[in-house]
Amino acid sequence: MLLMILVLLLARPALAVDFPPVRPGAALTFPRDHGAHPAYRTEWWYLTGMVEGPDGRTLGVQLTFFRSRTGLQEDNPSAFAPAQLLFAHAAIADAATGRLLAEQRSARAGVGLAQVSQADLDVTLGGWFLRRSGQVLLARAQAQAFSLDLQLVPAAPLLAQGRAGFSRKGPVLTQASWYYSWPQLTVRGTLQRAGRSVAVEGRAWLDHEWSSALLDPRAVGWDWLGVNLVDGGALMLFQIRSGDGSRLWAGGAWRDAGGSTRVFQPGEVEFTVRRRWRSPRTRLEYPVALRVRVPGLVLELQPLMDDQELDARASTGTIYWEGLVRALRQGQAGGWGYLELTGYGGRLNL
Amino acid sequence: MLGLWWRGLASLRARSLLSVAAIALGVALGFGVQLLHGVAVEEMSLAVVRLSGDADLSVTGPRMGLPEGLYGRLAALPEVAAASPVLQGEVRLQGHPGHFPLLGLDAFQAQAVQPRLVGRPRERLDLLRGDRVFITPALAAELGEHTEGTLRLQQGLAYRELRVAGEIAGAAPGERLLVVDIAAAQQLFHRFGYLSAVHLRLAPGVSAPEFARRLQAELPPGVEVGSPAAAGQRQAALSRAYRVNLQVLALVSLFTGGLLVFSTQALSVLARRPQLALLRVLGLPAKRLLVLVLAEGAGLGVLGSALGLLAGWLLAAALLWRFGAGLGNASLSGTGSLPWPEPWSALVFLLLGTAAAAAGSLAPALEAARMEPGRALKAGDEQRMLAPLQHPLPGLAALAVAVLLLTLPPLGGLPIFAYAAIALLLLGSIVLLPRALAATLAFLPGHGGVPERLSLAQLRAAPGPAGIGLAALVASVALAVSMAVMVDSFRDSLAEWLEVVLPADLYLRLGEGADGSFLDSLAQRRLAGLPGVARVEFLRTTQILLDHTHPPVTLLARDFPSDRPQAHLPLVSGFTPPGPGEQALFISEYVADVFALRVGDRVKLPLPLAGLPFRVAGVWRDYARQGGALVLDRAVYARLAGDTDATEARLWGRPGVSAALLAAQVRECLGSLPSQGELVEPGELRSFSLRLFDRTFAVTYALEAAAILIGLAGLSGSLAAQVLARRREFALLRHLGLRRGQVLRMLTSGTALVTGFGLALGCLLGLLVSLILVHVVNRQSFHWSMDLHVPWAGLALFLAVLLGSALATAAWAGRQALGREVLRSVRED
Repeated sequence: MLLMILVLLLARPALAVDFPPVRPGAALTFPRDHGAHPAYRTEWWYLTGMVEGPDGRTLGVQLTFFRSRTGLQEDNPSAFAPAQLLFAHAAIADAATGRLLAEQRSARAGVGLAQVSQADLDVTLGGWFLRRSGQVLLARAQAQAFSLDLQLVPAAPLLAQGRAGFSRKGPVLTQASWYYSWPQLTVRGTLQRAGRSVAVEGRAWLDHEWSSALLDPRAVGWDWLGVNLVDGGALMLFQIRSGDGSRLWAGGAWRDAGGSTRVFQPGEVEFTVRRRWRSPRTRLEYPVALRVRVPGLVLELQPLMDDQELDARASTGTIYWEGLVRALRQGQAGGWGYLELTGYGGRLNL
Repeated sequence: MLGLWWRGLASLRARSLLSVAAIALGVALGFGVQLLHGVAVEEMSLAVVRLSGDADLSVTGPRMGLPEGLYGRLAALPEVAAASPVLQGEVRLQGHPGHFPLLGLDAFQAQAVQPRLVGRPRERLDLLRGDRVFITPALAAELGEHTEGTLRLQQGLAYRELRVAGEIAGAAPGERLLVVDIAAAQQLFHRFGYLSAVHLRLAPGVSAPEFARRLQAELPPGVEVGSPAAAGQRQAALSRAYRVNLQVLALVSLFTGGLLVFSTQALSVLARRPQLALLRVLGLPAKRLLVLVLAEGAGLGVLGSALGLLAGWLLAAALLWRFGAGLGNASLSGTGSLPWPEPWSALVFLLLGTAAAAAGSLAPALEAARMEPGRALKAGDEQRMLAPLQHPLPGLAALAVAVLLLTLPPLGGLPIFAYAAIALLLLGSIVLLPRALAATLAFLPGHGGVPERLSLAQLRAAPGPAGIGLAALVASVALAVSMAVMVDSFRDSLAEWLEVVLPADLYLRLGEGADGSFLDSLAQRRLAGLPGVARVEFLRTTQILLDHTHPPVTLLARDFPSDRPQAHLPLVSGFTPPGPGEQALFISEYVADVFALRVGDRVKLPLPLAGLPFRVAGVWRDYARQGGALVLDRAVYARLAGDTDATEARLWGRPGVSAALLAAQVRECLGSLPSQGELVEPGELRSFSLRLFDRTFAVTYALEAAAILIGLAGLSGSLAAQVLARRREFALLRHLGLRRGQVLRMLTSGTALVTGFGLALGCLLGLLVSLILVHVVNRQSFHWSMDLHVPWAGLALFLAVLLGSALATAAWAGRQALGREVLRSVRED
């Protein structure tokens, strides 16, 4: 759910381009909707997960591909016309390292090393890819400091967010996106760091979201959470914050162990800060420990490690916190999830 | 004792000055050319290296580019850490003359390979906008445009307005460059699907040379991988033949300078023979005398070389300011300033000049050391001095070797052996000169009056001094005549060639070096449909790389009746139609020589022309493109390359339609002709080409004039010296009863005889050398043929002036010599 970054990146006036709005009523169709929707302003495939190696250590992995329609040079027949850009982030969180290992890629789509399919999940950027092959998803990123190579097998059906995939992001109806999640993906694969390769396995979560709409002008950032619950359920929550710290919008959905899904209204979602952490690099402060409450479920979130700040100023121009969190439910291990905290004072420097 | 020496020397200072000037000329020329060439090579390699940034390897295509699909393949290779595609070209700007280098970059990729060239806009997205341009600070200053200003770039026949989004702060000082998004560059140049180069940064641990070798094997023909510096070197190789030819000319003038030193020193040793003998008698050892005379020559050499170095630097600076580093050679251009020369290259030229002068005084010095002081103090001993030069064997051997050398092929693409043959031919002739003179004199009948017979008898008895004076004359006349014949042949052949290649009534030329200028198919249709136009031909110029070791050759795709090409191309071979299914390819002489192709050979062209088999259907003469050219049918080119743009249109008017009317129609049809599009009539084009030719040869002309002046001055100087040295003889003749007029007649007839002999020999040698220049040197270094053309009238005038001035000098010196008291001269003896 990284809408913010690209929305701000692209929130520029005087682009003579018609972006299709997101309207309720249409239905998602697969595998078509796994693929790209290049007419929309922005889109991403966001894979996060918790894995364990043979030594039992818990690691966070994240691989994200963003697509962005710039509206630039669309009338230029050149294959290099930068009408569509692709960005990718990959990161590994290891408490033993104490901070994220992260790397970014960016390129214009269409020529050479950056391609995205409109038929199914298949996005490639400079040797990194995320694609669907039969019933398995394949993810690979070969960075300088690490590489990850994962096979993901769905253990649960897709979860369409909002109203059949129509997810509202603000008080105005047009502030919305198409959004579905694929929780409870069984992960097997290898991680490589410092030339050492380890086999890992665990659980992952894939988000796919696309939209053309701007966030509410008052919005400065959001908090997002996706948790694979140990009972087989899944919880997604988000809130959009304004500059004065108040909440502009919130939402989410909980699919319980029995498979029944409940979609939450803004008033039903509650985020409470339990502890803040200040980044020694950027001096920004993030609420890394939270309590979230929805009707029927309370989770205490504790980060795998405090320093999971991601500096993406070189590609998308943002700094945010994005990390693996442990979810405790009534004091017991309730699951693992990813928490995203954006807009905490990192001035967007484009 | 040395005071005596110095006084003897002082009287010869005027002539020594000439020797100094000759040495200075040779050194100045050689050094100036070396400096200029250094600037040109430096600029070209630097430009190439700068544009490729921190790349470990660059994959480059021919001028039309490499297919862009290659970029994805290269970027995906595991050895490649980052790949940056670029499209390069030259663009014209409205309101600014000339064209400017433009680079299309993908900012995302360039960031990893050439970060220095990525602009820093206030808005990052400006890096991707098609209507934004970044310029280097040097260019901003030159254009007077800064951030937020606009520039109008030529695209086809129109202009496209781009806003300056920022400066390229990382540019080198003085670097002139425009940078745009790569997609915008493809659109601007109409080069969709092509890239100029892909610059690669390799993954850690990958060996660049080893990977380059492996990669090269997988690349399509015409696409080349190499270190960025190698690409610059390849460009600079283009100018090598031109530079070497100028350097050899400089060496020839040094050679002439050495001969002048020889004649000065020899005559001065002759004139000072009694003084030198006296020095010996007073106890100066023979070895020290040898060293003294050699040192005299070397001193002249050092002085001349030092002056030459200074003059060479000034010459280079002046030429650079006037013509750029290309020295009037259109394939090279530079705008840089002249750096301070490297000490070693200055030293080399200093040594060369000194060595030439010292070598010139070697024979006189040896002779001075060898003489017997007792005999030398007496008069009439001079003839002995020249005895060693009379042996014919060395001279004949030199001539024989020269003939042998002429049969050898070029060395490393340069006519080294032909030059050596010219040098040996001159040297051998000069060594044989006294003997040849003596033989000629012996052959002459002794007719005429007393003065004529006396002069003949005198020359027969003592040809030595006259022969010495002739050496420099023969060499400089030979040089001047050969250059004149070669340049005249070239110019004449060029003029004839222009007649053949410019048959149309009107030419519309675009894209003279600028990639943004072209006629698209719509413009072509509109031109063809003009009411005044009877016929129109279009031409597309681009460049392709035929193999990896040579610079790209020019490709001319022409609308072409391929059944009757003789009427459209200056073919030097016959026309052999290609077989069925094959396409006709016409190659220039350069391509035939350098790529060893002959009529009937099958040729496989690189991308994008790889699709069809070609066969060489004819060889044509091309003076316009030094790097070689291919001609093929434009329809074939368009089909294979998918490129229907044209860079030139040739228009024939209907009967009664004048070129001016035709031009008016073309202007109207194209709306507004872009200010830098040229509409020219063939007459203008011909005179423009000849002007360009004259400019290119300006350096040569200047050199020739200087050589002739020095030769003339040398001749006059040595004649005057000889006449003055014969004072005693004249006094004796007067004493014996000869009238003053008779002595003068004797003198002038002798001078006419000797000078005439020298001029004839020089002229003959010059013609021989010009044959070598035209048929061997030019062919081997530039790979083009020409028809020999001798400017007889000009040569006759030139020789008459030389003879006249020699006679005038002799008469003047004779009067001076006879003006002295006769008796005093006899008493001197």
